[in-house]
Amino acid sequence: MGLRKILDGVEHHFEEGGRFKQWYPLYEAVDTIFYSPSSVTRSTAHVRDGVDLKRIMITVWFATFPAMFYGMYNLGFQANDILAATGGSVDGWRGSLIAAFGGYDASSLWDCFFFGALYFLPIYATTFLVGGFWEVLFAMKRGHEVNEGFFVTSILFALICPPDVPLWQVALGISFGVVIGKEVFGGTGKNFLNPALTGRAFLYFAYPAQMSGDGVWTAVDGYTGATPLSIVASDGISGLAQEQITWMQAFVGNIHGSIGETSTLAILIGGAVLMLMRIASWRIVAGVFLGMVALSSLFNLIGSETNPMFNMPFYWHLVVGGFAFGMMFMATDPVSAAYTNTGKFAYGILIGVMCVLIRVVNPAFPEGIMLAILFANLFAPLMDHFVIQSNIKRRLARV
Amino acid sequence: MEQYLSLFIRAVFIENMALAFFLGMCTFLAISKKVQAAIGLGIAVIVVLTITVPVNNLIYNYLLADGALAWAGLPDVDLSFLGLLSYIGVIAAIVQIMEMFLDKYVPVLYNALGVFLPLITVNCAILGAALFMVERDYTFGESVVFGAGAGVGWALAIVALAGIREKLKYSDVPDGLQGLGITFITVGLMSLGFMSFGGMNL
Repeated sequence: MGLRKILDGVEHHFEEGGRFKQWYPLYEAVDTIFYSPSSVTRSTAHVRDGVDLKRIMITVWFATFPAMFYGMYNLGFQANDILAATGGSVDGWRGSLIAAFGGYDASSLWDCFFFGALYFLPIYATTFLVGGFWEVLFAMKRGHEVNEGFFVTSILFALICPPDVPLWQVALGISFGVVIGKEVFGGTGKNFLNPALTGRAFLYFAYPAQMSGDGVWTAVDGYTGATPLSIVASDGISGLAQEQITWMQAFVGNIHGSIGETSTLAILIGGAVLMLMRIASWRIVAGVFLGMVALSSLFNLIGSETNPMFNMPFYWHLVVGGFAFGMMFMATDPVSAAYTNTGKFAYGILIGVMCVLIRVVNPAFPEGIMLAILFANLFAPLMDHFVIQSNIKRRLARV
Repeated sequence: MEQYLSLFIRAVFIENMALAFFLGMCTFLAISKKVQAAIGLGIAVIVVLTITVPVNNLIYNYLLADGALAWAGLPDVDLSFLGLLSYIGVIAAIVQIMEMFLDKYVPVLYNALGVFLPLITVNCAILGAALFMVERDYTFGESVVFGAGAGVGWALAIVALAGIREKLKYSDVPDGLQGLGITFITVGLMSLGFMSFGGMNL
C-alpha cells in the first residue's frame, strides 16, 4: 500500500488552500486510475450498479487491444513484405532500433510486431500527450475532472490514422478533436459529435495528401499500395482477385489500411466483449449492419456498367476499409449516438446506408464510414426527439 | 425525370443552402432553439421557395433577360439590371399574399407559422435561390424542382440544428461562448458532417 500512502501524503497540497490546488484535477486523475474513488452519489435518485463511467471507458480501451496488437503486427508484416521484395530498409532512429532489436524478416512474429510498434507507438504517444494536455488544461481551468473517456478517444484516434502520418498532424488532429469536438461543449458526455472522428475528419479535409490516396497505407517511403476499396473502385471485385486478396485474408486483416482497421476478426472479438457487457448497444450495431446489407444489396440489384462499386457484395463491404471498426467502436459511442432504443435502430441504419452511399456514389471519397457516422451524429438528437414525442402521444391517448 | 431527381437530391444534400453556402444564417441561428418552431419555419421556407423560384424564373425569362421582351416587339431591351429589385419585390409580395390567404382559409397553419412567414421575406436563402436559378439558367420545370429541393435542404438543416441545440441545453459551455458562439461552432461542425456529400456527381 505504499502508493496509497504517498497519494494520501500529498493530498493536502492539492486540496482547497493547498499549494497546488489548481493541479487538483491531475492529482484526482492519478488517484482514480489506481484506486476506486470513495465518493458516492449523494442526491436521491440513482441506480446502484458496479459499472461506472470509468469502468465503461477502460473496458472500451481494453476491447480495442486485439485490433491494436494485430494492427501493429500487420503494419510491420506489410512493410517487411515489401522491403523483402525491394531489398530496402528503414532510415533514421527507427532503422537503428530495428537493426539493434529486430530485423526485416516478414515471417518472424517479433520482427513484424516490433516494426509496427515503432510506427504505432509514436502516433499513440503523441495523441495521448497532446490530447491529455488539453484535457488537463480544461479540467484545471473549468474545474471538472479529467475523465477516462480520453483513454478511448486517444486510442480510437490513433488506430484510425494511416501508418505514415506525420506526427505534427496527429497533434493537430487530436487537438481539434478534443478542444472543438468535446471541450468547448463542456467535456465528456456533453458533446454531440464523436471527438476522435471529428479530429480525423478535420485532418482528412485539411491535409488530404497525407490522409488518403494510395501512398499512405504502408510504412514504406515511396511505396504506393492501393487499399482494397480503391482497387474495387477502379477494377471491380475481380480486381481483388488479380491482386490475390481473398475474402478470408481481408477478414483476418492481412491488407493495407489504417492501423487498427484492417482486421475485421480482431475488431469483432473486441466488439463482442463490448456487446456482451452491454457497453456497446447491439441495436446500433445491428442497425449499421442491416442498413449496409440493405443498400449494398439494392445497389447489386440495380447494377451499373460504369461504376464497379455497384457490384460490391455486402460481405466485402463488411471486411474492407473501416466499416467494422466504425460499426463496433465509433457508432456505438454512447454520447454521440441516439439515446432511445428505437432511435438507436434508426441511427444505426442511417450510418449503414450513408456509408455504402458514400463508398459507391461519391467518387471523391473512397471510404465513407467516418463521414457517415459524423452525419448520423447530427441527426441522432432529432431521432430521439421524434421517438419521445411519439411516446408522449401514445401514452396521452391512453389517459 | 431522372434529371429532375438528381437536381432535387443535389439541391437538398450536396448544395445545401444552409450548410454548404451558409445562406439564410440569421433565421437559421435565431429560430433553432426548439424543434417544433424549426419545423414550422422549415415548412414555411419550403412553401415560399417552391412558389417564388418558379415565379421569378418566369419573370426573368419573359421580362428581364436580354431579348426577353421580343414578344412585346422590343428585342433589343435588356432589363436584367432590374433583377435584384424584382426578385425581392416578388418574394415580398408572394409572402404577403400567402399570409393573407392562409389567414383566411387555413387559420391553423397561419397560427402555427405565426411570425416566421413575414420573417422569410428577408431570408437570404430565398433570394439566393432566385439568383442561383438565374445564374444556372434553369428552365421552368427545373426551377420548380430546385426551389423545392433548396427548401427541403434548408428545412432539414434547421431541424437538425434545433435537435442538437435541444441536446446541448445539458452541456456546459464556457462563459464566452454561450449562446450564439457555440451555435456558430455547432453549425461549422454540422457542415463538416455534410461534407460527406461534397464531390458527388449526379
